[in-house]
Amino acid sequence: MHITRLKQFYTRSIAIILFFLLWDFSARFGLVDQFILPTVTQVIEAFGRVIGNGTLWGHFSLSMRRTGSGFLVAVVVAIPLGIVMGWFAKAEEYLDPLLQLFRNTSILAMFPVFILAFGLGELSKSAIVFWGCLWAPLINTIAGVKGVDPILIKSARSMGISVLGLFAKVILPACLPEILTGIRLAAGTGVIILVAAEMLGASRGLGYWIFYAQQRYATAEMYAGIVTISLIGVAINFILAKLEKHIVAWKRQMQ
Amino acid sequence: MSANQEAALQKEYSPQLGQPPGQPNLNLLKTETRTQENPEEDPVLIKIENMSRVYHINRGRKKERFTAIQDFNLEVRQGEFMTIVGPSGCGKSTLLDLLAGLSFPETGHILIGGQEVKGPALDRGFVMQGYALFPWRTISKNVEFGLEIKKTGKAERRRAAQAYLDLVGLTGFENRLPYELSGGMKQRVAIARAFAFEPQVLLMDEPFAAVDAQTRELLQEELLRIWEKTHKTIIFITHSIEEAVFLAQRVAVMTSNPGTIKEIIDIDLPIPRKSGDLKSSPHFNWIVHKVWKSLHNQEDEELRETENPDIENEIDPDTAL
Ligand SMILES: Nc1ncnc2c1ncn2[C@@H]1O[C@H](COP(=O)(O)OP(=O)(O)OP(=O)(O)O)[C@@H](O)[C@H]1O
Ligand SMILES: [Mg+2]
Repeated sequence: MHITRLKQFYTRSIAIILFFLLWDFSARFGLVDQFILPTVTQVIEAFGRVIGNGTLWGHFSLSMRRTGSGFLVAVVVAIPLGIVMGWFAKAEEYLDPLLQLFRNTSILAMFPVFILAFGLGELSKSAIVFWGCLWAPLINTIAGVKGVDPILIKSARSMGISVLGLFAKVILPACLPEILTGIRLAAGTGVIILVAAEMLGASRGLGYWIFYAQQRYATAEMYAGIVTISLIGVAINFILAKLEKHIVAWKRQMQ
Repeated sequence: MSANQEAALQKEYSPQLGQPPGQPNLNLLKTETRTQENPEEDPVLIKIENMSRVYHINRGRKKERFTAIQDFNLEVRQGEFMTIVGPSGCGKSTLLDLLAGLSFPETGHILIGGQEVKGPALDRGFVMQGYALFPWRTISKNVEFGLEIKKTGKAERRRAAQAYLDLVGLTGFENRLPYELSGGMKQRVAIARAFAFEPQVLLMDEPFAAVDAQTRELLQEELLRIWEKTHKTIIFITHSIEEAVFLAQRVAVMTSNPGTIKEIIDIDLPIPRKSGDLKSSPHFNWIVHKVWKSLHNQEDEELRETENPDIENEIDPDTAL
């Protein structure tokens, strides 16, 4: 039991450990200019410094608030909207082309529009995250609802279930796997969008901070910021994947 | 049916107000056994009068009408087990949808307990072909589904689910998910689910079509046992003539295009029935043949005229449609 655990840990981490070793080695022995790539220890030192003086936390919490609000509103809007659109096939037929158009328009290309509409403050950042996070859960929910086995709906209807009951007890649980996948995609997108938006037009936040660190040649801090962002992404994915596995065990087993 | 009887029936049979919530009347817990001394005396529960069902098909601008069922008349008595056989596409599933209240007749009436069917309700239980279990719900939660709609309390739901799972022989599987069961077990869950909310009428659409022959015999006997215990009215569709005869008090034979009742054959076999001896008895096979003949001479009416009467003895009674 312990042995297999250990072995699994080894399998899962060896590539990452080697990567950091290679990084550190390249920087330390001058294979790459330390100005471009500082050593791992330098980055860790910078990490400690910005955590210690509260700089990182300030930028991190602000970025999380922006992503979190945009993401949550997007999910809360996307799921019911997706259920309704998936249910009314006719409406979906009309709206799908528009949806595809929006989805395939680069999200960041829309950022200037959001700045025009909402100014340079917090709202424009949350709004662009909302916009970027909306599509994956919406499209997945629609696909999920359309894919619900009609015999399940018929079975529930034959027992005289109400429309609301049908949505809550049949449609929603049946397409939960698709919805969760959509949410996971959206969370990833949310962070990416925010970082880019903060680089384009912000005076605080992780994206701004990384960009600004580069501007003032604080390369170690810049890498500390980058690592923070990848840690956020990994953490979100880990939590949502765990949740998904737990909630939709029945689906995984069916296939 | 006399006016008196009809009034009595309506009183006894009021789907919405039937039982106070939280107290499903577990008839099965009593051990009364059904007798069949005088089934003709049971009041008529389901009455279908001059009913027709038309499908309106929209192909872009082209609108088509397809009459699936026409001039349909049928009476089913309370507590009766009726099976329906008929060629594929003759409208059997369409008929069950109508009885379930999932669709409505073009003309005519469907009365249950003297009242017109206005939509689906928990006074009828529907067992569809292909189980239709909710894959995310445990077996026990699947069985509780109808009771949840009925707003029965949690403890009572548990108890009812357990009672019916015991009845269909699935004790110990309460917390499994559907994918963890075999086909025959899933079918049992579907039956338990339909019985659990105590409907008066059970509509079953080829419920045993997807299981192997041995399991099928087992399920047939189990269903008969449950029926004898619970006094439900059952309308059961099947493609197997043998199954139809084995289960039913009466077998209704349908013709197709448009679907209508051709003949109703009384099955005067003793109750309770046991597969082994009964199915090999000459009387059983004679009835099977009778149903077979009724089904088949509609397909080649002319042929029958010149048919050699001896051929009847050579027909395999197991013939399924
Ligand atoms: N939704 C529908 N729209 C149009 N026509 C339909 C529809 N459903 C069924 N039909 C037609 O109605 C007729 C009866 O169909 P139904 O499914 O009731 O047959 P069935 O007796 O149950 O057949 P089977 O034994 O193969 O299950 C068929 O000719 C079928 O093509
Ligand atoms: Mg059918």
